[in-house]
Amino acid sequence: METKKSSEFKKKSIFYKISEVLVTMASKPSGFIGLSILFFHILLAFSSPYLAPYDFKAIDPSLMLQAPSSEYWFGTDSLGRDVFTRTIMGGRTALTITFFGSLIALLWGGLLGIFCGLVGGKVDDVVMRIVDAFLSIPWILAMLLIVSLLGTSTEVLIPALGFFYGKGIVRVARAATHDVIAKDFIVSARARGHSNLSIIWNEIIPNVRDAILVEGAMRWSWMLLGFSSLSFLGFGVSPPTPDWGLMISNARGLMSFAYWAVIAPIVGLSSLIIGINLTADAFAKALGIDRSTKAPV
Amino acid sequence: MEEIIQKVKNLSVGFKSQKGHEISILKNITTDIKKGETVGIVGESGSGKSTLALAMMGYVKQGLYKMEGECIFNSSNLLNMNNRELEKIRGRKIAMIPQNAGQSLTPNLKIGYQIDEALKLHTSLNKNDRDKKISELLNKVRLPSPETIALRYPHELSGGQQQRVAVGMALAGNPDLLLLDEPTTGLDVTTQAHVLELLNFIAKDTGTSMVYVSHDLGAIAQVSDRIIVMYSGEIVLEGPTRDILQQPIHPYTYGLLKSIPKLSLAGLPDSMPGSQPQPGTKKKGCSFYDRCNLAEDKCKKNSPDLEYINELKTSVRCFNYKKLIKQKSENQSNIKRNEKNIKVNEILNLTDVSISYAKQKLLDQIFNKITDTNPTVKDINIDINKGETIALVGESGSGKSTILKSIAGLLRTKEGKIKFDKDRVLSNDVKKRNSSDLRAIQLIFQNPDESLNPNHTVEEILAQPLKLYFGLSGEELKQNIIELLEKVRLGKFYMSRYPRQLSGGEKQRVAVARAFAAKPDIILCDEVTSALDVSVQAAVLNLLQKLKEDFGTTYIFVSHDLAVVRAISDRVAVLYQGRLCEIGPSKNVYKFPSHPYTEVLLGAVLEPDPDIKPKLVAEDIVEDKPPEKGCCFQGRCPRFLGDQCKNETPPWQIGDNGNAIRCHINIKDLEKKQNGN
Ligand SMILES: Nc1ncnc2c1ncn2[C@@H]1O[C@H](COP(=O)(O)OP(=O)(O)OP(=O)(O)O)[C@@H](O)[C@H]1O
Ligand code: SF4
Ligand code: SF4
Ligand SMILES: [Mg+2]
Repeated sequence: METKKSSEFKKKSIFYKISEVLVTMASKPSGFIGLSILFFHILLAFSSPYLAPYDFKAIDPSLMLQAPSSEYWFGTDSLGRDVFTRTIMGGRTALTITFFGSLIALLWGGLLGIFCGLVGGKVDDVVMRIVDAFLSIPWILAMLLIVSLLGTSTEVLIPALGFFYGKGIVRVARAATHDVIAKDFIVSARARGHSNLSIIWNEIIPNVRDAILVEGAMRWSWMLLGFSSLSFLGFGVSPPTPDWGLMISNARGLMSFAYWAVIAPIVGLSSLIIGINLTADAFAKALGIDRSTKAPV
Repeated sequence: MEEIIQKVKNLSVGFKSQKGHEISILKNITTDIKKGETVGIVGESGSGKSTLALAMMGYVKQGLYKMEGECIFNSSNLLNMNNRELEKIRGRKIAMIPQNAGQSLTPNLKIGYQIDEALKLHTSLNKNDRDKKISELLNKVRLPSPETIALRYPHELSGGQQQRVAVGMALAGNPDLLLLDEPTTGLDVTTQAHVLELLNFIAKDTGTSMVYVSHDLGAIAQVSDRIIVMYSGEIVLEGPTRDILQQPIHPYTYGLLKSIPKLSLAGLPDSMPGSQPQPGTKKKGCSFYDRCNLAEDKCKKNSPDLEYINELKTSVRCFNYKKLIKQKSENQSNIKRNEKNIKVNEILNLTDVSISYAKQKLLDQIFNKITDTNPTVKDINIDINKGETIALVGESGSGKSTILKSIAGLLRTKEGKIKFDKDRVLSNDVKKRNSSDLRAIQLIFQNPDESLNPNHTVEEILAQPLKLYFGLSGEELKQNIIELLEKVRLGKFYMSRYPRQLSGGEKQRVAVARAFAAKPDIILCDEVTSALDVSVQAAVLNLLQKLKEDFGTTYIFVSHDLAVVRAISDRVAVLYQGRLCEIGPSKNVYKFPSHPYTEVLLGAVLEPDPDIKPKLVAEDIVEDKPPEKGCCFQGRCPRFLGDQCKNETPPWQIGDNGNAIRCHINIKDLEKKQNGN
């Protein structure tokens, strides 16, 4: 009996935990909607090359700016390309780049934040000053500078975006670490003589992980918006790769008579951002992190 | 017929569980608060005492809802009022003082301004009258020079002064009813005694009714006329203070009183087994059944009603209360501690230890020196014997934790040596200590919520020291963990629990097990029982004593609770502002406190008996820095001699009882003077 009991209580595997969190998230309407939208977009991104009815780059001047029809569901754009094809494929690049960008942001932001929180003192002060200084530079200008110097390849965009969006994570990770570091279990580990690395890995990371992940998820939606703005300005994805930001930018001037070429990418982009936002919110709630700290009555 | 201020009728408050069950936190509470009366509500954490107090001002915490009943104030039911109506009553007719007054004051506003705001809100006085009223209120709560206090910010006041300001603000609207939720918890003994005395004075002076919520029977005993004992959301006993405390006729109250350590009794208090049932888990029958030693079959099946006993003027919820009436005269049987003669075999020597928190100047940093003429802790000389329990006592800020941290190597000492096992000088820095020195000294902290990583299971928590010091793994590791759990009387199924799945007492047991996992020679205990309920505290104290007897461990036990220290320690060192005042065998220090500070401290201890009043011999001013020269206690000493105390460091004297004190007055004279008191 006893053995059964203790195996029942076994530390839950990571997969079990993830599915538990997902179920909690999906049990609230907003979380369910957010997750559905996000999954839909991810699925679309993977499968759209196979679903696309036309070639996304096939230019045909004779088909310029056709209104939606049974043949071209969302109509065609100014170069005669099928808008439906381009819309369902238009999230692929943005999603991939921002996903990996967010991972990079999480990694450096999280680690630097934890480091600052842990060492404290002068080092912390100096590092945070530098981070603040970066924070005060308008990111879009800096991005434009980087992109115009180094080009718009994925290898440039991912680390550059990751770098700019990691600053916020540094602050969150640092604050979370500060809260934990004062706790007696850290003092206790120190007094036992554990190394700094072991303290970070065993004591700090498990306690700040959730806060950092939630912040990372929020940053993801911001980064998506930012990346699309870059594309919109012509500094993101290079044509003819389909991308919502680029599509909006191209079709913008024609909005008054070819609304279909603008509306479809706008719906794509905004639904993804809303989806990620709702998911991040539900994620925060499921992990018990209250980001909008309400004042207790 | 006395006027009734507040009438609580059949009040039940609860919440809906995730599965939709209705779970009550307060069950069918009925009581009256009369005019001018102070009612103490006492109970363990989770018994619903704060929920009841909040309901008395028409407030039900978020997540909870009123299931039934009413709280009638001025012939209207507070629980049916809307916010606008409640605003007219709260702060004016009914005022509340929360536990942490310092936090309830706005930090960036001056005291006078905050009181003025309260007056504007609750009265219709004009500017002149309000100014007068501010000084009057500050005077009433006996703050020195009200005019200057009014110009200060909250952080410029001590904890006790902040609490006084909170009382003053609560009085701004001339309330009929004052609710106090743990108003002195967290204050120093001396400060606590002063605040209670103030509350008594105000109750008499203004005729305000008070409801005083606390887990501390000692504090309740000093202020209340009547006591309500809560258990698991029910009133189990209610009656006049003296009767309740001197003749507790409910088994829970009886046990509770016995589990409180008292100054007059050596030895450990009895502990009560088990813990309060969680809300929602209660089965049929008496809610105290699992822990009751008078329980019978009928208690399991039927719940007793609250029965009013006319001749005792007491209401009690127990079938067998009559048995306790007879037990009345039986003396408290306290568990005797095994006071074996400790062989004088020194294990830890603190020699001239000084510790400073002062920021180092750049030059000093380079030369790795600490220059501070007035360090936080100074001249500590203590030789600690193997197997003894030595206690460090003193008010908050007296440097108790600081000294422990230095012993653990977490804080550099400025001067002096800490020697382990007679000749090994321990390094200043934990990182430089070798593994066996690290293992030899372990720490247990005050709050197990903070000292156990919430993301680790009990198994992982206990595995840490075993892996680190003994390199255990696999089955052997597991076996060791199970043995450790057994030592602290926890079953092995606790291994997979997380700290949040444990009660306070269980958590602290895990923390104790973790310390013992290292097979240490010395355990540093920093306020290890002060976050626990009294009945749990007694169990943890007994456990610590048992383990110590089994393993011959030495304890350095820090506590602000002098009665707890009396119960567990062999020797006691009294600290004031980081300086030693008195050190000696506990039984003698408690019987013949020679140093004026020890006298002040012991005088302020609250006993759960309305007939034992604290002796307030000194002011409760708080000094934020030790004096540069002379005696450390000169600022508050009731026997202050003048220039000598101001300028000369007093010498050590050893009395006939083995107490060593640091005072200019001859120790014989001091003993005589204190007997004269
Ligand atoms: N990190 C710190 N920096 C500066 N001063 C400190 C620091 N920690 C403590 N102090 C000061 O050192 C003195 C002694 O503090 P310590 O924590 O040792 O007191 P204590 O006796 O343990 O009090 P308590 O009963 O409140 O735990 C206090 O005046 C305190 O304000
Ligand atoms: S009713 Fe029974 S179980 Fe309950 S307190 Fe009385 S004797 Fe104990
Ligand atoms: S030396 Fe003076 S100030 Fe200090 S305790 Fe003795 S009498 Fe008081
Ligand atoms: Mg302390």
